[in-house]
Parts: sequence; C-alpha cells; structure tokens
Amino acid sequence: MSRTALLSCLASVWLCLAAPLPAQVTYERILEAGNEPENWLTYSGNYLGHRHSPLRQITPENASRLRPKWVYQISTTHGFEATPLVDGNVMYISEPPSDVTALDTRTGRPLWKYTRPIPENMPLCCGRVNRGVAVLDDMVYVGTLDSHLVALDAKSGQVRWDIEVADYKAGISMTAAPLAINGKIILGMAGGEFGVRGFLDAYDAKTGERAWRFWTVPVAGEPGAETWAGDSWKQGSATTWVTGSYDPELNLIYWGTGNPGPDWNGDVRKGDNLYSDCLVVLDADTGELKWYFQFTPHDVHDWDSVQVPVLIDGEVRGEQRKLVLFANRNGFSYVLDRESGKFVNGKAYVKQTWASGLDDNGRPMVLPNTSPTVDGNIVYPNLGGGTNWQSPAYNPELHLFFVASREMGHIYYKGEAEFKVGSLYNAGGAQKIPGEEAYGAIRAFHPESVELKWEFPLHSPPGGGVLSTAGGLVFGGTGEGDVFALDATNGKPVWRFQAGGSMRANPISYASEGKQYVAFTAGRGLFVFGLDE
Amino acid sequence: MRLALGLALLCSLLCSSSWAQTEEELPPRPAASPENQALGEKLFQGHCAPCHGPGGEGGSGATLARPKLRHASDVEGLFRVIKRGVPGTEMPSAWQMNDREVWFVTGFVDSLGKRAPEGVPGDPVAGEGIYRGKGNCLMCHTAEIPGGLAGPDLTDVGARRSASYLRRSLLEPEADMPAEFLQVRVVTRDGKSITGVRLNEDTFTIQIRDYSDHLHSFLKEEVSEIDKQRGKSPMPGYKETLTEAELTDLVAYLVSLRGEE
Repeated sequence: MSRTALLSCLASVWLCLAAPLPAQVTYERILEAGNEPENWLTYSGNYLGHRHSPLRQITPENASRLRPKWVYQISTTHGFEATPLVDGNVMYISEPPSDVTALDTRTGRPLWKYTRPIPENMPLCCGRVNRGVAVLDDMVYVGTLDSHLVALDAKSGQVRWDIEVADYKAGISMTAAPLAINGKIILGMAGGEFGVRGFLDAYDAKTGERAWRFWTVPVAGEPGAETWAGDSWKQGSATTWVTGSYDPELNLIYWGTGNPGPDWNGDVRKGDNLYSDCLVVLDADTGELKWYFQFTPHDVHDWDSVQVPVLIDGEVRGEQRKLVLFANRNGFSYVLDRESGKFVNGKAYVKQTWASGLDDNGRPMVLPNTSPTVDGNIVYPNLGGGTNWQSPAYNPELHLFFVASREMGHIYYKGEAEFKVGSLYNAGGAQKIPGEEAYGAIRAFHPESVELKWEFPLHSPPGGGVLSTAGGLVFGGTGEGDVFALDATNGKPVWRFQAGGSMRANPISYASEGKQYVAFTAGRGLFVFGLDE
Repeated sequence: MRLALGLALLCSLLCSSSWAQTEEELPPRPAASPENQALGEKLFQGHCAPCHGPGGEGGSGATLARPKLRHASDVEGLFRVIKRGVPGTEMPSAWQMNDREVWFVTGFVDSLGKRAPEGVPGDPVAGEGIYRGKGNCLMCHTAEIPGGLAGPDLTDVGARRSASYLRRSLLEPEADMPAEFLQVRVVTRDGKSITGVRLNEDTFTIQIRDYSDHLHSFLKEEVSEIDKQRGKSPMPGYKETLTEAELTDLVAYLVSLRGEE
C-alpha cells in the first residue's frame, strides 16, 4: 500500500471513529425511526409505543456471547429510571434528580452534562427520579422535578430555554420523558398524591411557548364534572407521569392518566371521577379530547392507568382494525379501537380479585367488599399493579405483545385525608400480605385475543420493562439485579448478567460502528452489552 | 401512585441524610380526647395488633404494654418510630397513615405503657442452663454466647417477642416462622439432596446454608428440584422433652435476652 493510500485509509478510519456530533433529529426522522434502527430517537423507540428494535444482529443463537462493553455510573443514590436516547455516536440520558448527560456511545464517557439544582425538601411521592429526555432538531428536552421544561443545545448541553410549567411547591413535578412530535414537545406531570389537578401540556419546540393544555379533570359545568361529588374535582389528580404514544396518521396523542385523589378512600369523591385512570386521546394540534376510555372508574386502589399505549394494526373477527393495546395496572389487558375508542376485548393477565370481569363495554364488574377498609382488605393486584410504568413491547413480525407482569396482592387500608397544598393527600394505604411470596413473569400475549403464548417466571414482581428486537429476543431485568434475554418465540432464557442492582427502567437497543448493543440501567449503572468478537 | 411509593417513601424517610442528621419538627399533636383515643385504638387494631397483639402484649412484634419502649423514649420518639418504621427489622413505616392518624396511634400505644406489665414467671438462670444443656439451643442459635447459624439470632429476642409468643415457639416451632426464614431442599441433577436455610435467591440462582453451616450456590438450570418448605422448621418442639417448669424457666431466660437495651 502506498503512503498516500495508507493516509487516505487512516483518514477514512479517523472520519469513521471521530464521526461528527449528531445531525438534526428532525420530526421526519423520528416518524421513520424504523428506517434507522441504529438509533433510538424517542422514549418507546417509535411513536407507536412498540419498544421494538429492528436490529437483528443479536439472536437467540448468539446472545450467550453478550458481554459488557462499558458501564456508566451516576453520582447520586436516587433511582436510575432513564430510557437512553441514541443519535449517531451520542447517547442522551437523564440522571436523577433532573440532570442530562450526553455520552459517547463507543466508550461511555460523558461529552457534556447539564446539572440542575433541585430543592432538597420538595413534595414528592416516589423519589427524586427522571425517566428520560426527548430530542428534536438540535435540542434535547427534559422535564424537571421542580416543574420546569428545559431545552438544551444537543451539541453542548447549554440551556436554550427554560420555562416554569407549574409550581413545584404544590406537589407538581416532572419525571416522565417528554414526547417530541412535529414542532411540539408533549409533557406529562406527576403529583397524584398531593391533590393537584392533572394536565397534559404541549409546548412550541423552538420557543417553549405553551401551545395547549388538556386538563385531565374537568371543572364544574364541563362534560365529566358530574362524575365528581361536590368540589372534589379540585383535588382530582389524574396525573400524566408516563410518556404516551402518538399516531401520526390520525394526528392523535394517546396518553394514560393516573389515580383520582385521594387514594384509597373515595367517599369524598363519589362518582366515576373522569378522566382519572383513563386513556385520553387528544388532537395533537389543539389538545382537544377526541375520546377517552376509563379503565377503573372510581378507583380506590391507586391503579394509575399511565401504562404505555401500544398502537398496532390487527385483525378482529376477520376485519383489519387500528387498535391500541393497554396492559393496565388494574390487572386487565385491553384492546381498543384506536379510532373510535370502542372496547374490543379485555382479559385479566395477572391474578385479580376485585372484578368478576369486564362487561361488553369494557367496564369492570366490581365485586362487593373489595374496597379498602380501616381494618385492611386483601385484594389482588397490589398497588403496584399487574404492571405499572415499566414499558411493554410489541414484536410486529411475531405479532406478540410482551408484558412485564407482577403477581402480588396487598392489604388495602382506608384512612382519612386532609388536603393542604403541597402535602401528601392520601387516605389509607397498603401493606404486604404476611407470608405471601410475590412473583413476576415476562408474558407474551397474542395481541387481539390477549391469549397467553408463553411466560418466563421471575423470582419477584419486576420493576423494569421489556425490549423486543427483530433478532427474536425479549430483554428484561429483575429486582435482584439480573438482566436477561429471552427467545421471543418461546420465552426460554438465552443470556443473563448479574448487574448488582435492581433493574427499574426500560432497556433499549442501538448500533454503533456496525455492531448492535443493548443498554440497561440497573442499580446506579447504565450497562451496555454487545457480542464478543 | 407509583409502585415505588412504599419503598421510596420509606427510603426518603429513613435514608435521607438530612433526616438522619437533624430531627425535623413534628406536626402538631391533636388534643387528647376519648374520640381520638378510640380512633387510635381502631387504627392500632387494624395495622399494629397482628404483630403486637390486641393489647400491645406482643407477639411476633415487640411488647408495647410496658413503661419503656426500646426505640422510643418519649411520645415524639414513638411518633417517629410509627411513622418511619425501624430499619433492619420487620417494623414497617406507617406511610399509609396521615400525621393525625399516626398521632392517634401514638396516643394509644403510649397509653398501653401505663398498664401493668406482663409478669414473666420462672428462673432465668435455670433457663440458661436448659438453653445450654438439655435444650441444645446452642446448636442452632446465637445469643449471649456464640452458637450455630441455622436458627435466628436470639441476642435481643426478649425485646422483640413476647413471653407467650416464645413459649408457643418452643412448643410449636412451625406455628409462626420468621419472615426471612425459609427451609429449602435442593436436589441436584445427580440425585444429591441438600437441605438448609435460604440465604438468597433470584430468578436464576439460589444460595443456601445447610445445617452443618456449609454454603451451597446453585444455578437453577443445574438442579432438578427446589422444594421450598414453607412453614417447615428444623427446630424440634419441646413439649415432650422439657417439663412445664423447665419450659417456664427457658422462656424466662429468653425474655431476659434484650440486647443492648
């Protein structure tokens, strides 16, 4: 090889290794995320909530060769719940409480970090956590615990704009990854234990100006207000703390809502309590409510319906339908028509003891004596639910719906609630059933029939979600720190790694320099695995 | 609300360095009244009595009907213990109660201490002799004197369990097993059977200690059977082997084991 040729070759290698920082993550790129499987551009991998990677390099046959490539450790002891996003050679993660870090995908070394001071003593129900960021064009977006939405320069982490969404002192916080759609950032909020009034917001991605707000609890005079006794709607909660899905063709946003306030004692809020525990479907341009489906009317068990809606095209009684799958915290998994909102099918997918089933409209037929009591009442599922914020996944090639399922009950107690702005507004709670050995499973369902195809049992109820890949795998993790891969066709384990800390997040897959990787957060670490050479 | 609420709140209450280093001001205590006392008793019966007994006489949980409590020297301390739980023990936080309710329960528990304490008959010195000798308790238990590892550490068992609970445990060891204790029998692929106490387990592995104090680590894919013998105890019942007087003395000795109280 001539010297010139050698230099040219080295230059090519250099260009390859020192690839430029990412190009613009346009809306069109996210829309066609399946065309660039090497990246992971939005929370669920695509707008449809599939958490399915089209990458197929890692397979059941070679998964046993997965080895750690690098580990990135966060510097706090708070829960690490982020879904990483990947664009080119940069991975964007949020770190608790509300920081954002850009990592080099080759080495795991930080490229920049945005650090946000968060007040020490702020009203939070469930830890100083954050579940991820959104990217759009040349910006990275994060919702913060102190209720701001911040846009960062994707190349440097510098703040481009920072707006206050709500007053965190009232108990409103941002923990969900925002959802970036065409020119807008959709942002959900948390705080359902503080008697807040829930909402879902859309902001202009360039300026941070609010485009619309959908209140999840109607005021007196609006449709649905009659489902709240007296003034109870004022503390109605129905928060929006997990990232929803988006149908670009219908231009509709599908987003789950949380529990009505107060929890565990519904005496002060008689009625169905709309739009708590609902799937709300909104016009992406205006925030107008197109339809809703309430899974648990008048919830007294804290079964937020914030699970990720999975949008698929499926066949129902010989007819092709646009569907939404929703494995709910209340123990039932639902199939709805995503154009009309009509109930198509539903079935319990974990043990449940509170309803005799679902009626023809999908409304639960609630059994007597299943509400919390002062002395305690045993009901399944527990307050963590059959599943919760952990993501499900859908493999379109195998036509299977995967759910990290939890088998556990609780003794539910009823108490009294006192509302004070910024204080916990709980009226009871739950305790473990003595002697119960709770467990979990990764379950695969036929989407339309909710028929169980296989299951892989877990030692304890999982706190993390699943990832499906076109290579024919389902990745997941356990509370005891194992991360694993299952053969997607039969649920057989083909790889595992003890990461030393509970897996309480949702895995992703991406490719770098032609090699597929899988990323998990577990404990305080972000672990990236690839096949050994 | 989040799955993590219980643990996260517990952690935020117990693990927060700011909480650990400085005692926060307590919320105001509602005025004492017969109604509030009754509410406290009602909450106590639902949440606390299953472990501490309906009158605070103790059970699997500590005896509360006594003038001085181990983890709370005054009512403020008692409020904090009820609110936060006791780390490293079976006592959970009462996160499901609001502050007023915790105060009601605090008031009721405080009133229990004013009742006459449970009398414990028997001679603890003689009981220690039975513990070391005829009862052969050292084989499996550690207390003031080091012993085996198969059974629970008894160093402070008198502060954690009531006399009646201990007596029942001696007569019927399997009547109520400690939550963390699970006897497991593992059968290996080559037919070898090992029985011991589960030390840890996850989806793919299990670790046990056999009754000769040997550690065993198994990959589940490598064993043919894991028999979780819930409610089974290797401890013999002492109904036939100890006289009534010996049993009473042994209970008196166990009750005297109070750790660093």
